[in-house]
Amino acid sequence: MKHRSYLALEGLTVEFPTKAGMFCALDHIDLSIEKGQFVALIGHSGCGKSTLLNAVAGLVKPTRGVIFLDGDVVEQPGPDRAVVFQDHSLLPWLTVEENVALAVSKTSKGKTKAERSDWAMHVLELVQMTHAAAKRPGEISGGMKQRVGIARAIAMNPRVLLMDEPFGALDALTRAALQDVVMDLQAKLQNTVLMITHDVDEAVLLADRVVMMSNGPAARIGKDRPIDIARPRNRLGVIDIPDYGAARADVIRFLHEFHRNPTLAA
Amino acid sequence: MTFATAQVAAIDPAGEKAASVQAEGVLVQYPKSAVFRRFLPPSDKPSHPAAAAFQRIVATVLPTTIMLALLLTIWQLACGHEGSALPSPLAVWEQSHDVIMHPLKGVTFDASGIHVQEQGDVGIAGHIIGSLGRVLVGYALASVAGVLLGMLVGTNLYAYRALDPLFQVLRTVPPLAWLPISLAIFQDVRPSAIFLIFITAIWPIILNTAAGVQNINPAYRNVARVLALNPAEYFFRIVLPACVPHIFTGLRIGVGMSWLAIVAAEMVQGGTGIGFFIWDSYNSSLLSDTIVALVWIGLTGFALDRIVAAIGRLVART
Repeated sequence: MKHRSYLALEGLTVEFPTKAGMFCALDHIDLSIEKGQFVALIGHSGCGKSTLLNAVAGLVKPTRGVIFLDGDVVEQPGPDRAVVFQDHSLLPWLTVEENVALAVSKTSKGKTKAERSDWAMHVLELVQMTHAAAKRPGEISGGMKQRVGIARAIAMNPRVLLMDEPFGALDALTRAALQDVVMDLQAKLQNTVLMITHDVDEAVLLADRVVMMSNGPAARIGKDRPIDIARPRNRLGVIDIPDYGAARADVIRFLHEFHRNPTLAA
Repeated sequence: MTFATAQVAAIDPAGEKAASVQAEGVLVQYPKSAVFRRFLPPSDKPSHPAAAAFQRIVATVLPTTIMLALLLTIWQLACGHEGSALPSPLAVWEQSHDVIMHPLKGVTFDASGIHVQEQGDVGIAGHIIGSLGRVLVGYALASVAGVLLGMLVGTNLYAYRALDPLFQVLRTVPPLAWLPISLAIFQDVRPSAIFLIFITAIWPIILNTAAGVQNINPAYRNVARVLALNPAEYFFRIVLPACVPHIFTGLRIGVGMSWLAIVAAEMVQGGTGIGFFIWDSYNSSLLSDTIVALVWIGLTGFALDRIVAAIGRLVART
């Protein structure tokens, strides 16, 4: 029997009904992600990256094809495929701790109240947000809100962590700090991660694999480049590693190719 | 020597050249007048915190007080002569002295609550309390029904299509136009007044609640789906808290409209109540009493609005 990877997308096709007919967002996507792998998904705007992530999350139903997670078919959204949204999507009437506690309450059946609150504070500690536990989202900065968003996602002990351009709305310095947070989390928790990003440096720094998508509509997987740089990776240290430069160059060339010729099929 | 010139003298005793700055070997000459301006006299704000607080309060209250005094003066000058159509402020004070000074006549407070005597001479506060009692019952019913209907119309497309045209037409009917129908249904004055309040206050509550539900950030829907919240949890933990600002906007408008409606309704019917008081005093040619009642109505309506707003802020914070 063919070994199916932990997260397997087989022939995934997503089409949306519009006034002008069916709009094909993704066309026969085949993707295999092993347990504990960190995969970065990169591509031009509108190429269907978010649609792919939403399909894995169960927020969008595939028109054709199947998504397998550890042997189970993905149909409904759920906390085992936790999502970190681009706009953090924290509930503004709850404090930071209550936002995380909401996620914990839905995923910690059979744990006592003390254990749940301990876990919530532990997860906030991992993202260095314990000092603001009693604050509301309106009282903290964008970077801090995104940290809480990440904390909420990992608090659910997900099988796959899905991140939809989590640092897109942040400035470069905050982005660097949060990338370090994510790398730390990955080292500690060994989650399987699928992250969408626009930033080539971020993709090559954080990921074990960079999956490049062709332009939409009817996007496909263009190129799949493994990043074999040893962990833990240091932002300044990787500059001297030759594979870093080569990987960056590969991704940039791929994206440039599709920028110059948007109608190019993979 | 003034304070400022003393400062200038300290850095430039000879008083000829102005101060200069050395920046990488370049001497920049400042004109003397600029240097003079650089040393401002010390601020004459009071440093004591109580004095500063007092200044703040006075600054907020004084313009209103001056405006009020100005308006009263104009009114007195316009209506102070003999045979004026409206009584002047001083005339109001003379003629309605009893009404102004004894508002709580006929009102008793005891363990079981506030009692206003039905017959006889009741003070103006007693009338207000009577009106408020009716408003409270009608408004409470309108709030509950309004929020529920608003939620229904906001969430369910078919409920919206079925009910919204009805709401849009009925809400334009003025409160007093409902009075004959209300009397016909209920026969008795008291329930028909409550129905009148209900039918007046419910429309803004429904429409604002529906708007609140429709304007929930769609991101929260995705959060609820990822967290796998069941419909009850979604409603109580996301929809309701997200709609609180809109609901309370509707409730504030509703309480204002209730107060308008009850005064109008009571003018038409008899009994106790501030509307009845106005109509009665008008019929008895006691316009000064009417003016006093106007002030009381305005202040009570203002207080009702602020109370609802304060409750809304409290709920939003929890």
